[in-house]
Amino acid sequence: MSGNETPELSPVLAAVLEGLGDTVLAWHSQHGDDTILIQPADRATVAAYLKDTESLAFDMLMDSTAVDYEDEEPRFEIVDHFFSTKKHHRLRLKCRVPEDKPNAPSLTPLYGSANWMERETYDMYGVVFDDHPDLRRILLYPEFVGYPLRKDYDKLHEQPLFESRYEGVRETDEKLHPRVGVELPIHGTEVPR
Amino acid sequence: MAVDPDKVVQLGDARNGNIVPANYGGDDIIEKAGLENNVWATRMDAVLGWARKFSLFQYPFVTACCGMEFMAVSGSHYDTDRFGAALPRFSPRQADMLMVVGTIVHKQAPVLRTVYDQMCEPKWVVAFGACAVSGGFYQNYTSVPGADKIIPVDVYIPGCPPRPETVLDALVKLQEKIQASRHIAF
Repeated sequence: MSGNETPELSPVLAAVLEGLGDTVLAWHSQHGDDTILIQPADRATVAAYLKDTESLAFDMLMDSTAVDYEDEEPRFEIVDHFFSTKKHHRLRLKCRVPEDKPNAPSLTPLYGSANWMERETYDMYGVVFDDHPDLRRILLYPEFVGYPLRKDYDKLHEQPLFESRYEGVRETDEKLHPRVGVELPIHGTEVPR
Repeated sequence: MAVDPDKVVQLGDARNGNIVPANYGGDDIIEKAGLENNVWATRMDAVLGWARKFSLFQYPFVTACCGMEFMAVSGSHYDTDRFGAALPRFSPRQADMLMVVGTIVHKQAPVLRTVYDQMCEPKWVVAFGACAVSGGFYQNYTSVPGADKIIPVDVYIPGCPPRPETVLDALVKLQEKIQASRHIAF
């Protein structure tokens, strides 16, 4: 993670780097977006620091999601966006978790908004958030196997909850009321088969 | 008694659902009784079909943006009430016509199936819009490619979203289908 060539640190990033020290593995401010990379194990403690430090006051978790870098190791990058409603500044927090142990501490004890967003990340990427109070699928159904936003999930692979395919015959017309006798002129009733 | 050819009405006309004067083949009992042009003969099926096609109580299963178009058709500008399909019923038990309006996802498929099963016969299904017809531009792990994978569909309305005129055309076509169906089981 380069980008350290930025001549001047933004005030936010300077304060974060000073407070967190070696916890920050890398950082950048590309396009004006202050970003830090940390170890996944530090996710909750760093977030608590960002929230509780008075000069930072990141009291709002705007977004929490993940990115699948299929060919890289560690594979999944958890991305959190923080905003301070008091100071009006932002920070992006990233951490990488490997595929064989995609675990990271949950932010739900700190931010209520993390609850559903972490459930969605779990639903779509299979990233497991420890200490999450209710880590279930949120958009897909419990019977769904796999994680569809992973790059190796075939996007056309459907998992129907029940197999039911009609042959195009209406019970009403054909079984209950079979057409007998005179052939009726019928317009526009062709049933696609 | 001579048969007046002008008064002969083919029985087939009545069978085809047309309402015809009841003086078949010059058997002018009705005429003798002074009931000419007061009594009319038809099929019971045709009467039931006529009644049913003009009292379509709909169950709007609205899941996506097509719902706005559905509201436009229901509103006073286009007004499905003109065709007797005005009142949306929010219980499937009271509905005749299931309008599947919008995308159906696999998670939702059992719900739609249950709603359909809860409706009383006779019932008809309209697939409203590209998504309900075929899945539309959604082709992925979560979308059902057409409501007819779950329930039988009578009329398909194309369009993303359909024009209100298209919906009214589909409604008229459904009415034609209802009129031409058998309604009595012998």
